Amino acid sequence: MALLEIENLTVEFGKEDAPFRAVDGVDLTVERGDVVGIVGESGSGKSVTSLALMGLIDFPGRVKAKRLAFEGQDLLALSDKARRKIVGKDIAMIFQDPMTSLNPCYTVGFQIMEALAVHEGGTKSSRRARAKELLEQVGIPDPASRLDAYPHQLSGGMSQRVMIAMAIACNPSLLIADEPTTALDVTIQAQIMELLRELQRRNRMGLMLITHDLAVVAESCQRIVVMYAGQVVESGAVSEVFAAPKHPYTAALLAALPERSHGQPRLASLPGVVPGQYDRPRGCLLSPRCPHAAERCRAEQPRLRAFGGGTVRCHTPLDAAGRPTA
Amino acid sequence: MSTPVMEAQELRRYYSVPRGLMKPHATVKALDGVSFTLAPRRTLAVVGESGCGKSTLARQLTLIEAPSSGALKLDGKDYAQASEHERKLGRRQVQIVFQNPYGSLNPRKKIGSILSEPLEINTDLDKAAREARVREIMAKVGLRPEFYDRYPHMFSGGQRQRIAIARALMLQPKVVVADEPVSALDVSIQAQVLNLLMDLQDELGMAYVFISHDLAVVHHIADEILVMYLGRPVEQGDADAVFARPLHPYTRALLAAAPKLDPAARAERAVLKGELPSPLNPPAGCAFHTRCPFADARCGQERPEMRPFAGRMAACHHLERIG
Repeated sequence: MALLEIENLTVEFGKEDAPFRAVDGVDLTVERGDVVGIVGESGSGKSVTSLALMGLIDFPGRVKAKRLAFEGQDLLALSDKARRKIVGKDIAMIFQDPMTSLNPCYTVGFQIMEALAVHEGGTKSSRRARAKELLEQVGIPDPASRLDAYPHQLSGGMSQRVMIAMAIACNPSLLIADEPTTALDVTIQAQIMELLRELQRRNRMGLMLITHDLAVVAESCQRIVVMYAGQVVESGAVSEVFAAPKHPYTAALLAALPERSHGQPRLASLPGVVPGQYDRPRGCLLSPRCPHAAERCRAEQPRLRAFGGGTVRCHTPLDAAGRPTA
Repeated sequence: MSTPVMEAQELRRYYSVPRGLMKPHATVKALDGVSFTLAPRRTLAVVGESGCGKSTLARQLTLIEAPSSGALKLDGKDYAQASEHERKLGRRQVQIVFQNPYGSLNPRKKIGSILSEPLEINTDLDKAAREARVREIMAKVGLRPEFYDRYPHMFSGGQRQRIAIARALMLQPKVVVADEPVSALDVSIQAQVLNLLMDLQDELGMAYVFISHDLAVVHHIADEILVMYLGRPVEQGDADAVFARPLHPYTRALLAAAPKLDPAARAERAVLKGELPSPLNPPAGCAFHTRCPFADARCGQERPEMRPFAGRMAACHHLERIG
């Protein structure tokens, strides 16, 4: 049984008759011990997908799915109360900006112990001991005294370590990290990614790493899911997708990286921008920007289908040489 | 090499920080002795982590603030200690593009008036001439003519950054200081803006000071690199040489820490321990010695100065041993 199964997840905002689909028919499976990278530009729906999973989409947002199951349990069928027992305990999340995710009015120790009190109970002193142990696990020096520190007394990297400690407090089997290192400097980013990888291995967690940084995915993940305008456009093993991307959008994203353009005077760039609510094209969502777009792409939306080991949402996926197949 | 358009000599900027009632003010050496020369059509990249003084340097170079000491020459004329009137005239030659295009454009003004404001203040062109000039620059940076009467909120991040670049070009500056111009943008948009910056440099011939923390971007655009740590330069020289063979331990750590796409390019990574020390209370000796794998007793006592080594400048006692 897969740890997490998502089938045809859709999140809509706005009017019932003219909704805006932030997430549009996403399928995703995460096995225990899997590290899955979800990649996309802003507005591609990667964060909304994770929020929907955590049950954090409020009215007027609407979450629909054919199946949204965690360890075989249908999350959408559960009552709010039963769902809260799972979320925060078995599924935990780390947010992007550690400085604003911690409550500035309470000490770090109080905030970690709060999560423990809700899900695990125990006595106050046992919670405090556990909180200290957690801070030690995430590599915070002098954990006993840091329990009484307020968030403003910590640097960005330290705050993110505290967020991670909080997330792993109840030994989750699935950890969702939404851009965990975007707000941090490179040397600190390397430290935090190292820590996440180590915790993931040691606890055999499923890790969903949401990021816009392809290099981070290349280093840390086994599988990659590429999203564009709310849809999954390609998924597969990291090594295969990076070596020979099958969707033109993935190919363009990789080509746009300065690292891939060494020795060339200019970067390969995709013209135009991600379509918004009012300018969504009729056919393939990438068709106005795609260099290979044909008549059929502009008229008919492609479906996500299995192709060469992964899945791809394109009428004419690219072959190993980067040319569209018929 | 042609004559430099910008020359900085030992630029320093100290801030005094109140620490509380009855306590003496502390001094933060945000920028402590930076020197470089910049020729037309060249790009100098300034690299470092937050708190290393990159943005303080940008404020000195654009004459927004006056340095505490040192010289800043534009076209041979020193502006560091010049009068306010002279500095105002000098600002025409140096323009800046800020990091966040969502914060740097006035939401109440139309694009046309945002772009013509520099001309209104600094030139005596009449209204028609100003509009003609604005439309000319808009075409250059790839903004459509109908955008003239639109407001900033109607644009995406990439378009806004184009507007910010257009504004920096209005006065035909000799130097453009770009402070993290693409770090708020998505990868595909980032490539568009970087290409635009390079095209404009080829066409108009200005020099760039490109401030960034993204080493891949820097490697692509820069001719020369200045690596900073806690307000001081630690390595300076030709970009390709620095990337091929970084000398200073901090430069090495920075390069190793950046995630790489290509598995073959991933070196054995020694993750740097610890964090940036507080600039209020920097370590004695070499500022980097608290995190440096090569540090010895001398590093904790004696501050290394920038010195020439292997065709560039670096500030480390142990270049011979580790370089």
